[in-house]
Amino acid sequence: MNLYKYAAPANFYPLAGKLIPWFAIPAAILFVVGLYIGFFVAPTDAQQGDAYRIIFIHVPAAWLGMFLYVLLAIYAAIGWAFNARLASMMATSLSITGAMFTFLSLVTGALWGKPTWGTWWVWDARLTSSLILFFLYVGFISLQSAIEDQRRADRAGALLAIVGVINVPIIYFSVEWWNTLHQGATIRILNKPTMAPPMLAAMLIMLAACWLYSVAIVLARVRCIIREREQNVARLAEVSA
Amino acid sequence: MSWSEFIYMGDYGFYVWGSYLVSFIAIGGEILFLWKRKRRLQEHTKDWSAGVKNETPS
Repeated sequence: MNLYKYAAPANFYPLAGKLIPWFAIPAAILFVVGLYIGFFVAPTDAQQGDAYRIIFIHVPAAWLGMFLYVLLAIYAAIGWAFNARLASMMATSLSITGAMFTFLSLVTGALWGKPTWGTWWVWDARLTSSLILFFLYVGFISLQSAIEDQRRADRAGALLAIVGVINVPIIYFSVEWWNTLHQGATIRILNKPTMAPPMLAAMLIMLAACWLYSVAIVLARVRCIIREREQNVARLAEVSA
Repeated sequence: MSWSEFIYMGDYGFYVWGSYLVSFIAIGGEILFLWKRKRRLQEHTKDWSAGVKNETPS
């Protein structure tokens, strides 16, 4: 099988269509399982009461917001360096879902901050760098939609995306580098998790669900983008003919 | 746990259910907008399939 074949948008289009259900259906199942464990199996937290249950959506949303941004930057860079149209389309497709998850992490964070910290928002390192991440997504989306010429829009977006990647490790390590109000990482690779097993299970299942959802929706959107751009090319060809 | 206790969430109901309501709207909204975008495309380009050999967009 020639994998390079799928670098052509017209060939990737039907492949993406076939892949979508393999991600969308498990995502839907895992959302239900994760929420069930999160609300009916996981016990009430000794310190935070039931307010901690926001974690099951807050942490996956925050992780996906960061992860999708790195992925966006990689695709944008490939699209720029190798003039690969499909990679640029993937970056565009990722931007909406990444912005959505970052927005969710900010809103659910505020809803969690109010009862536990007594405030919706503080200008602490973790929160501020997360807000910057959201602005980077918004900047990428508005920059792309403001530039008429598609390839120029891709290149300008790529430049912004690549420069902005520096913000992701800042978000991730902010709780260690600075004295923040935000609590430290819940899960560390080298340490034993400090959460009760059902809490941890619910969070990881929700993370998997959000990840599978992202794959499905990004593939579905890239199919629309492929069609829209091919349409524009066809229209241009008609005008110039 | 009773039904009212479940809604009440130990006095945190507004924050917990607010978080999940916003999440539901955001994710549902993303799906809805994409579905509309696809519908719009299909209405305008019934003959687009010329470029795609393996699948006729339906």
